[in-house]
This record gives sequence, structure tokens and C-alpha cells, in this order.
Amino acid sequence: MSASPSQGRLSALADRWLPKLVLSPTLAASLIFVYGFIAWTGWLSFTESRLMPRYDWAGLLQYQALFENERWWTAAANLGIFGSLFILFCLLVGLLMAVLLDQKIRAEGALRTIYLYPMALSFVVTGTAWKWMLNPDMGLQKVMNDLGFANFTFDWLVNPDMSIYTVVIAGVWQSSGFVMALFLAGLRGIDDSIIKAAQVDGASLPTIYRRILIPSLRPVFFSVLLILSHIAIKSFDLVMALTGGGPGTSSDVPAIFMYQFAFTRGQLGQGAASAMMMLFTIVAVLVPLMYMETRSAKRV
Amino acid sequence: MKLKSLTLAVMAATLLPAAAFAGDVEVLHWWTSGGEAKSAAELKKMMTAKGHAWKDFAVAGGGGDNAMTALKTRVVSGNPPTAAQIKGPAIQEWGAEGVLADIDAVAKAGNWDKQLPVVVSNVMKYKGKYVAAPVNVHRVNWLWVNPEAFKKAGATVPKTWPEFFAAADKLQKAGIQPVAHGGQPWQDATLFESVALGVGGADYYNKAFVKLDKATLAGPTTVKVFETMAKIKTYIDKGAAGRDWNLATAMVINGKAGMQFMGDWAKGEFTAAGKVPGKDFICTDAPGTQNAFTFNIDSMAMFQQKSPAAVKAQADLAATIMSPAFQEVFNLNKGSIPARLDTPMGKFDDCAKKSSFDMNAAAKSNKLVPSFAHKMAMPSATEGAMVDVISQFMNSSMTPAQATERLAKAGAVR
Amino acid sequence: MFNSAKNTAVQPDSGVARCSGSRRTPCTVSTPALRAPGSRTAQAGFVLLPNLTVGRALVYAALLLMAIYYLLPLYVMLTTSFKSLDDIRAGNMLSLPQAWQGGAWVKAWAEACTGVECNGMQGFFWNSIKMTLPAVAISTILGAVNGYVVSMWRFRGSDALFTMLLVGCFIPFQVVLLPMAQVLGMLGIANTTTGLVLVHVVYGTAFTTLFFRNFYITVPDELVKAARIDGAGFWTIFLRILLPISGPIFVVCIIWQFTQIWNDFLFGVVFASGEAQPITVALNNLVNTSTGVKEYNVDMAAAIIAALPTLFVYMVAGRYFVRGLTAGAVKG
Repeated sequence: MSASPSQGRLSALADRWLPKLVLSPTLAASLIFVYGFIAWTGWLSFTESRLMPRYDWAGLLQYQALFENERWWTAAANLGIFGSLFILFCLLVGLLMAVLLDQKIRAEGALRTIYLYPMALSFVVTGTAWKWMLNPDMGLQKVMNDLGFANFTFDWLVNPDMSIYTVVIAGVWQSSGFVMALFLAGLRGIDDSIIKAAQVDGASLPTIYRRILIPSLRPVFFSVLLILSHIAIKSFDLVMALTGGGPGTSSDVPAIFMYQFAFTRGQLGQGAASAMMMLFTIVAVLVPLMYMETRSAKRV
Repeated sequence: MKLKSLTLAVMAATLLPAAAFAGDVEVLHWWTSGGEAKSAAELKKMMTAKGHAWKDFAVAGGGGDNAMTALKTRVVSGNPPTAAQIKGPAIQEWGAEGVLADIDAVAKAGNWDKQLPVVVSNVMKYKGKYVAAPVNVHRVNWLWVNPEAFKKAGATVPKTWPEFFAAADKLQKAGIQPVAHGGQPWQDATLFESVALGVGGADYYNKAFVKLDKATLAGPTTVKVFETMAKIKTYIDKGAAGRDWNLATAMVINGKAGMQFMGDWAKGEFTAAGKVPGKDFICTDAPGTQNAFTFNIDSMAMFQQKSPAAVKAQADLAATIMSPAFQEVFNLNKGSIPARLDTPMGKFDDCAKKSSFDMNAAAKSNKLVPSFAHKMAMPSATEGAMVDVISQFMNSSMTPAQATERLAKAGAVR
Repeated sequence: MFNSAKNTAVQPDSGVARCSGSRRTPCTVSTPALRAPGSRTAQAGFVLLPNLTVGRALVYAALLLMAIYYLLPLYVMLTTSFKSLDDIRAGNMLSLPQAWQGGAWVKAWAEACTGVECNGMQGFFWNSIKMTLPAVAISTILGAVNGYVVSMWRFRGSDALFTMLLVGCFIPFQVVLLPMAQVLGMLGIANTTTGLVLVHVVYGTAFTTLFFRNFYITVPDELVKAARIDGAGFWTIFLRILLPISGPIFVVCIIWQFTQIWNDFLFGVVFASGEAQPITVALNNLVNTSTGVKEYNVDMAAAIIAALPTLFVYMVAGRYFVRGLTAGAVKG
């Protein structure tokens, strides 16, 4: 790898602009396909676009209509319920499974695969399967009734007050295995010597988990939070396949609202306005998360 | 050598698309299952027999929701299909966007104005010119009855709402679920429009759901309609939410339930189960809707094409859709009736014959009304807002008065 | 400026240095291969309750219970696919088929209607592969190179640019459909497989960049520094030093991308041409009947068929997945 001085200077020069050059196609794509499109959507949200895009300014009309739409508020509230519960349970279940799996378990590989496989399925498949299982006429309730528990009822799927929670159940089923994998990887990445030192100091193992191992998973928490909030906010296929937003509009979420208004109802402007609200939510969640992450990373 | 292969490649690249373009028809539809797919396959057969290449563009799901998304992006990208399954006022909306093709020449040659009922041909035209071809007419205001269940319960097939509730009570006493229903928004709306037509009559229906007259919508008749809906609700089982319509039909087929409100596509389920109309099941008008007819027309809207070959293929497609041969075979498979008046009805069953007869009668007495639950009556935005209210009513403790107020508000959404 | 990136990997505030950090000194420049899959991966972790057999039994019980929760839907899907329609209507979902029948599978694979064609799912498999392979390959390679730049060749503003890129992960895809269609139309690749691949690459690269960046950030500085002193350039360092140790993260990235792209429905339905529709669209057409008889056994068989490749990938490469994650994908 030896090089003559002049070549070295040349390559040093090349090395200065090469990284930027390499990065530029991706950046350009991001500028157009992410930021450009967001701007385009933003513009449409200020127009009276119906079936197809129109570009005449119409002010805040669409936002006004959006905020007066009860269905939108149902959707927003549902996102709040679903998002927080989904993230919470994924974290709890994922962490618990990771800790348990980290106990020198026989057949760990097989169990890990079992926990992980839902991630391989598309949300459409997940939704279809759970729709079956939660249906009072065919699923769990019937099984329990057949087993002799005549009074067992589990009708969340068809109960407007509870339907959004069935989405949580199916969502956690699909994603918690992945969270487990991330946590398990984090646990396995911690250096043995620290544990040994703590053990020498006489700390009990639960204490070691609570005080040392789990806190040291903080960066993993960030990644997990990022991925989970991203799944929650974008959740569309799962709700579509499981409840279709129903009964009524009781399990509607913003992504479905946006899709239906923009594409099937010919209210593109309204759909764009709801999309902008979704984007604001994403930014509101994301920016603090990323800020915390970079801050913790830079505090060296 | 290299140059030669390059030249060949260029030649192939320039020649192939042109060759492939000759007479391509790409049809966007959501007939992907069973009898429907078979029906659509007939169209393909006829088009290929004419020497055109059929490019299937099937997108199912949500009564065409996904298909509309695909269509929109196609049009935006400047690459629309030859024809797409679009119906009702949506044809006007697409026409207003200036993307539909004028097929008036084909229609004139085929004398469509004579062959189609006026209500049908009006839907197919944008600014007086044909832009779409009708495939079939579905009747929505049917009540499907299991006669054996009725016999067991000692009930008679109802013609009026009091009779309906009397029959429902008897069924319930006999341990049979009176009404089979699927709690999906479009099914709620299908039930609602039959009730509205039965309770309020055709004039009320037209004023409220076609002209979207605010006073009528907010009036006492609407409250009565919702009250009837609330009463029907008590005869529906709890597991109905999210149930597919064909599972509800299955409940009627196997005698678990006594009746179902559903369009004539339900017939396919009965015949597939080996049941005979008139004997194993009865198709009758929804209570109070005798002589009235809510129609749901499937049609193919034609999109402007660039190449002359594609335009020619499109014209052939439109003519084929309207040909008596296609109208007969398609509708035999699908359970609906032909849009074309002069199609021979000999091969059709009793329900279809009744449907055809009733349509002509209803057209004469001004009781032929468009189905709004099936996107035939109002702009999609209004329809969506109304369906939201109806399905919320079905799934909450909203009172009829509250529902009426909100329905009237939804009627103002454009 | 070149160095600062690496230090971010250490978390001294928590009092625990992570594997990569602590091994910075022992795991030397000369033996990069040692760093690959985390050192403790092969053996298991710290035993919470080493001697209490009751405790261990509880641990196993909990794990088994979870396994049942995860397997139940698969069990239901599998048994349903082997039942006859009457069997499905009569029995409950947990019961085994009264008579095992493979007819639904044959139908789903070769006979079910997905449009006017009734050739089942078989043809769509190839469509999905034609789209997935290039999209996964391109987005992974781009991600590797990008991740290399933002971790090893940081320049003024590169952090901000990376954050900007990351936001691309979070844009709801429904938002981009129409403008994307317009752009593809302008480029003349609307409704082609090329166009579909482009879309997947555009929206997949942000994630792959994140994966590789988080992996490379844990690579010891000394490795790269020494190479630079030796006069190695941008590409040499990447190809000779980083690529050879990138195996685990490639596995993670490829599994992730493969799953995402294979399972995608929205882009497939909108941007594929009618005859090149991916398998998810075919599944949707098969399962969704608007006015037809619903055959649940065929639906379930078709759903499993559509999921087979991703399931296969998880079964075979699943353990490398966790290993790869351990090796750094989730850090930073």
C-alpha cells in the first residue's frame, strides 16, 4: 500500500471530495423524494384539490374542515392509545423475553426463531389471522365456550369501545419479537468483566440486571423507540386487515383516514391536510428522541 | 460484433414496444373471485378473439378502494389503463378532470341510446357524450329469506315493516337469529338505504339522497328511518361487527338466521350452495319497497389513449361490452341483470327475471332510484361522510334524533 | 473531526462500556476478524437464578407460554388451510382437521383466481423476486457506502445531513404515492419493474444507511488510521478493511430489507404494471372477494405461500440476525 508523495497528495485531494460525492445521490433523492414531496403535500393541503391535484390557493379551509371532523379526532385519539400501549407492551414483553432468554436456556435458538417469525409476515397476514382468532363466533370465545366456559366472553373485536385494543394485541404479537432480538443483542454486547466485578462486590443478579445491565441498554432503547414509533404512526395495513377501522369508525387511525380521504373519497386536499398533521406528529416525537440520542452520544 | 449486437438491441428496443402496443387493452377491475372472475374472463376471451392482447390489471379490496388508488396514480403518471371499473357520479368526477375518452361514435353505431334505460345512459355520459359502457345492473333492495326457518317459526314472508317485525319476533322465539347482517360500513349503508326507501318511499329517497335536500334529510322521515334501523339492530347478533356479507348469507343458507338485506349478488352464494330460488330460498323486495328499485350499475369508463392502435382496441372493447352476447353471459355468471334492454332473459332464473321486470316497471313509475351505499347517487365525499354517520349509529348508542342531525350535516359535505 | 465519530460509541456515564468500546484496547488492530459476532453470543448470558430449580422452571414456563402466544396464529392458519370448508364452518379454530386435505394448497398455488387469470399464486412469485432482489441489493450497497461515509469520513454538516436522511424513514408512504407517480411518469418508467425498484431503493436507503452507520461507528479508529498512514484511499479502506468485517451487518440489513420489500403491498399495487404485480397484490386479490364465495382454507394457504420466502429467510438466517445485531447494528 505504499505510495509516492505526489500520488498521496492527489489521493488526499480525492479523499476530500469523494465522500461527499458518494453521499450526494442519496441526499439528492432524499431532497426530492422526501422533502420535495412533503412540500408538495403541504401545498395541496392549502388547495381545494378533489379527485386530482389542483394548485389554486384556498387558505386554511382544509384544516378547518379537518378539525371539525369528528372522525379525525377519533383517529388521532386512537393513534395516541394504540401508539403508547403498543410501544409500552413491546418494550415490556421484548425486554422480559430478552432477559429470560439470556438465562442459559436450552433450545434458545428455536425459541428465538419462534419469537421472531411474526416479523417475517406482512401485516396483511397478521391482521387476517388475528381477525379470525378474535372473532367471537369463530375464535377464542368459541373455543373457550366449547371447552365448557359458557360465560367466557371476549368480544373486543366487535366492541366499538375496545376494538382499538385488539390492534394493540396483534401489533405487539408482530413486533415484540424483534424488540426482544434487539435487547438480547444489547445484553450480549455487554462486557463480561463488568458483571464479574459487580459479582465480586457482592451484588445480587437481579440487582445487576436492574442497576447495570438494563441501564446500559439505553442506546438500544433509543433504536427500539425509533423503530416502534415509526411502526405505530405508519400503522395502516394491520388496522385495515384486522378491523378495517371499525366497528363504525371506532378503530380508525390517521393513516387510514388520510388514505380514504385522499384516494377513495376524492378529497385530496383534506387528505393532504391530515397527512401534514401526521408529519407534524412524527416530527414532534422524533426530534426530541433524536436530540436526546445525539446528546447522550456526545457527552463524552 | 459488439456493434452489431448493440444495433440489434436498439432495434429490438424500438420495435418491440410498437409491436406490443398493437391492440393492447388494459382493464382495471376488481372482479377477482369466483363468478365475477369468470365473468370478466368472458370479456377477455371476446377481446382476444378480435385479435387484441388483454393485459389484466386486477386490484381487489375494499369495494374498489385500492383500485381507485392505483387508478389515480396511473392517471397522474400519464399512463392510464384503457378502461377502468368506475361507476355512478364518479364518472362525472373523472370526466371533469378531462381524462376520459369520448366513445360517442361507438355508441351511435351501436344505437346505445335505444338499448339503454335513460337512467342508465345518463350515468354513462359526460356532457352528453358517452364516456363509459355499462356492464350490468344490480338490484340492491332485496330481502333474502330462508323459507324453512320461517316455516319452523310459523312466520310469513313480510311485505311491510309491521309484518317484518312480527316475523322477526316469531323467528327469535323459535331460536333463530332474525336478521343476518355484517357490520361493515357499506353493509350498514346497504341496510339503511333499503329501510329509507321502504319507510320513506321513492320520493323521499330521491329528495334526500339524490338531490341532497337539507330540509328533507333533517326532517321527521329520516328520524323514522333511524328509529326503524334501531329496532332492526335489536334483531342482529353481536358477532355481526366486521362480518363479511357472504358469511351473513351463509347464516341464512344453513337456517341459523331467517333473513338478510343484501343486493342480488347474494344469489351467487345460494346457488353455489346448491340452493334453488323459490324453493330453498326466497328473493323478495325489502319491506315497503314493492315496485321500487335501487340500482347499482357496474360500468367501464374509458380513458384517453395515445396510440391509434390503443384507441381502436378501446372502441372494440366498448362495443364488446355492450354486445348482447357478452351482456348475457356476464350477467348469468354474476347474478345481476343485463343493462341492455333487448338481452334475451330466457336463460336467467326467477329472481333475475323479477328484477328485470321490476326495473322496467319502476322506471315507468319513477321509482327507479340509484343506490348511494354503492356509490351511485352522490359525490364520493358526501357518500363517505354519510356512511360514517350510519355506521357510527349502528355501532354506538347515538339516538335517532342525533343521527338525523349528523346525517343532514354530512349531506352538506362536498 | 475524523476521530470524533468513534468516541460516541462509548458510554462512560453509565459506568458500563459496551463490548466494542471495552474491547477497543484488547481487540487489536491486527485482528479485526475477532470483533465479528459479539464475543458472548455463542455462550449464553448471566444466569439470574442459577441454582433455584423452581425459578428455572418458572423461567421455562414463561418462555413456553410466550411461545404458545406466538405460535397460535400460525397453528390456526396451518390447520385451517388443511380443512375442508364444511369442516371450517362446523368446528372451532383450534380443532385439528377432521380429514387432512391438501386441495386448498393446490388451489392457492395453481388454480385460484387473481383476476381474469386463474393460475393461482405461482406466476407472481417470480414477479416478486424480480423486484425484490435488485431492490435489496442496490439499497444495501448504497447503505453500506453511505454508512461508511457518515461514520468514517465525517465532514462539516454530515451529522445534520444524516439526520435529514433519517427523517426519510418516517414519511408515511401514502403521502408519496401521487407525487412519486408524477416523477416516474416524467422519467418514463411509470408502471415498470425498474420504477418499482427505484421506489423501494429510495425509501429503503435511509434505513440501510442507519444500520451500516451504527455498525461502522463501533469499528476502532486505529484500524482506519493505520491504513491511512499507509496511504490507503477512500475505496481501499472500504474494500480492504471494512467490507471483510461487515458480514454480520450485511445479514441484518439484507434480512430487514428483504422482509420489508417482499411484504410491501402499497407500492406494489400502485407502481407495478398489471402483469408484473408482486405476490402481495395477488394475495390481496385472492383473499378479497367483493361478491364471491369466500374460501378460508385457500386464503390461509395462499397467505402462507406468500410468506414462505420471508419465513424461510428468518428460519435459516435468524440466528445470524441476532448475532449481527449484537455486532453493532443497534448501537449509537
